[in-house]
Amino acid sequence: MSGIPHDHYEPKTGAEKWLHKRLPIVGLLYDTLMIPTPKNLNWWWIWGIVLAFCLVLQIVTGIVLAMHYTPHVDQAFASIEHIMRNVNGGHFLRYMHMNGASLFFFAVYIHIFRGLYYGSYKAPREVTWIVGMLIFVLMMATGFMGYVLPWGQMSFWGATVITGLFGAIPFIGEGLQTWLLGGPAVDNATLNRFFSLHYLLPFVIAALVIVHIWAFHTTGNNNPTGVDVRKGSKEEAKKDTLPFWPYFVIKDLFALALILMIFWAVVGFMPNYLGHPDNYIEANPLVTPAHIVPEWYFLPFYAILRAFTSEVWVVQWASALTGGIIDAKFFGVLAMFGAIIVMALVPWLDTSRVRSGRYRPMFKWWFWLLCIDFVVLMWLGAMPAEEPYATWSLIASAYWFGYFLVILPILGVIEKPLPAPATIEEDFEAHYGKAETPAE
Amino acid sequence: MLKKLALSAVAALALSAGGAHAAGGGGGHVENVDFSFDGPFGAFDQFQLQRGLQVYTEVCAACHGLQYVPLRTLGDAGGPHFSEAEVRAYSAENFSVYDAELDDDRPAKPTDHFPGSGLETAPDLSLMAKKRAGFHGPYGSGMNQLFKGMGGPEYIVALLNSYTGKEKEEAGTTFYENTVFPGGWIAMAPPLSDEQVEFADGHSNSVHHMSEDIAAFLMWTAEPKMMARKQTGFIGAIMLAILASLLYLTNKRLWAPHKPKKH
Repeated sequence: MSGIPHDHYEPKTGAEKWLHKRLPIVGLLYDTLMIPTPKNLNWWWIWGIVLAFCLVLQIVTGIVLAMHYTPHVDQAFASIEHIMRNVNGGHFLRYMHMNGASLFFFAVYIHIFRGLYYGSYKAPREVTWIVGMLIFVLMMATGFMGYVLPWGQMSFWGATVITGLFGAIPFIGEGLQTWLLGGPAVDNATLNRFFSLHYLLPFVIAALVIVHIWAFHTTGNNNPTGVDVRKGSKEEAKKDTLPFWPYFVIKDLFALALILMIFWAVVGFMPNYLGHPDNYIEANPLVTPAHIVPEWYFLPFYAILRAFTSEVWVVQWASALTGGIIDAKFFGVLAMFGAIIVMALVPWLDTSRVRSGRYRPMFKWWFWLLCIDFVVLMWLGAMPAEEPYATWSLIASAYWFGYFLVILPILGVIEKPLPAPATIEEDFEAHYGKAETPAE
Repeated sequence: MLKKLALSAVAALALSAGGAHAAGGGGGHVENVDFSFDGPFGAFDQFQLQRGLQVYTEVCAACHGLQYVPLRTLGDAGGPHFSEAEVRAYSAENFSVYDAELDDDRPAKPTDHFPGSGLETAPDLSLMAKKRAGFHGPYGSGMNQLFKGMGGPEYIVALLNSYTGKEKEEAGTTFYENTVFPGGWIAMAPPLSDEQVEFADGHSNSVHHMSEDIAAFLMWTAEPKMMARKQTGFIGAIMLAILASLLYLTNKRLWAPHKPKKH
């Protein structure tokens, strides 16, 4: 599967040969597990395993929760309390699922920003990046629909606000929204379809994860230097790489155990910290909460959505140019989805030929500013829609777009990169010394 | 190293910003209360929960309900931990429920739930300690919840002690000024007065002490499995710490031949 030359599976016993002729599944697993991996990968490369674990955790806990949950507007909220009080271990399962979503998004954001810093999106890994972005979007859809299921106040009003975004699309919006909701407002039909899709989408994500892994197993992993693994011969490749098993499996499992220790403590000691108290109030279509706030992992994009009000000149300009078809609400929706789209298009927006941010002196600063920008947007998303937050949101949103659409294309042209090491081996030995016995 | 620190800081901030709760609250300052169940090792005080139940039964239950709470859980370890006979007697003495088979009311059994609110406008109290957050700061980031907890029971204590004594009438309903309640005016008359409930154990029955007892009890009704949860969390975290240490050593040894400079 890999483009890096390495030893392949050789069936030895009769039974192995028999199976291999009919279904080379052992060979597939062997090649996947033994893939040559750049030996200089640092600790930012462990989040993939964490994400894979999160997906399994969410599916396993979710399937058990679904056995006790009732997707009906009159019973959903009570069935959650049933899980919390009467189902054996139900309270812990539910809290794991609830906080598992937070760990999932926490990990995916680090994973994405790791890719942005080390240029993991650049040729030849554009497909890996695009598939990853699709997974991210599906995660958001799944997380959003899952949050509706407990049928608390934030579930209901969050669903109302977010599905309302589709209503902002000119001409077809209203019909589309009704079609999505299964009625004129969020109701039983909505809850049922969200439950159905919340159960389905994780399996679509699982399939895309396989494609994601397939894609980067074809190109090989990126690494902190961004320098390619030498592929001339097996011997040459071996100087730059070590097999995934056992070297990176054990390393990743160590990191995973450490992260799960923190996760377990959060679930055990403060399971509601990342949640919203209002969601322990049963949904009531007649009472609107004072502030409708999405889950923390949606806040940066929620801030971008709200940043573009009718007072912003870009919005007025767009509105005038399109004869009012693009109003402030629709502009906000476009901006929110646009924020993800510009990120997905980064392989073609970044003009620099140097992959790793490590050797890009100017890029570094802009990148760290983007990280800060993301956290600031997250905070602003939780603040009420009033001054000074509105102006700050606008500035922070502008930087998000500016980074991808202006700074990255220009930097590639004007920046003078630092010299990168010639090989991965050179970089590795500079840090860890030269091994006496050559790597097996 | 600096880079690593910077990114960890970003990560930590990102997580804590999640606690940012702009909604709810809105009223005056909520004072932190030292509850026995605070922190990773805190546990419910069985006798405080029993006193809280008494306050609930004699005062709150007149209007409010606890529809999600099964009466049998009053006997659970980690909760009020009454004996089976006590739970049966308490249920039968205090509540009657409608039984479809009899087509009539009968005394409640431990298998029944507490009744729902008797007064339509009085909210159910089962989850009251979880549906309010007392703490929001600093700057709306919600980070102090990391150290003080969400502040649900503290909010209840503060609410019960923040009546100013002023009243107003609006559309036939009397509202009472309360500095903690969002909006400042609440439809619930001050429910507690000093020495209103007589505790068998002779514990202080000032409004402040009674409100702490009821808040603790309502934390239990909202989170009856808190003790089990903390225990699972503690054991799990210890096991994972051991596993992580073993994996750390395995990893170090595995990589040692490839990293001579470090060994």
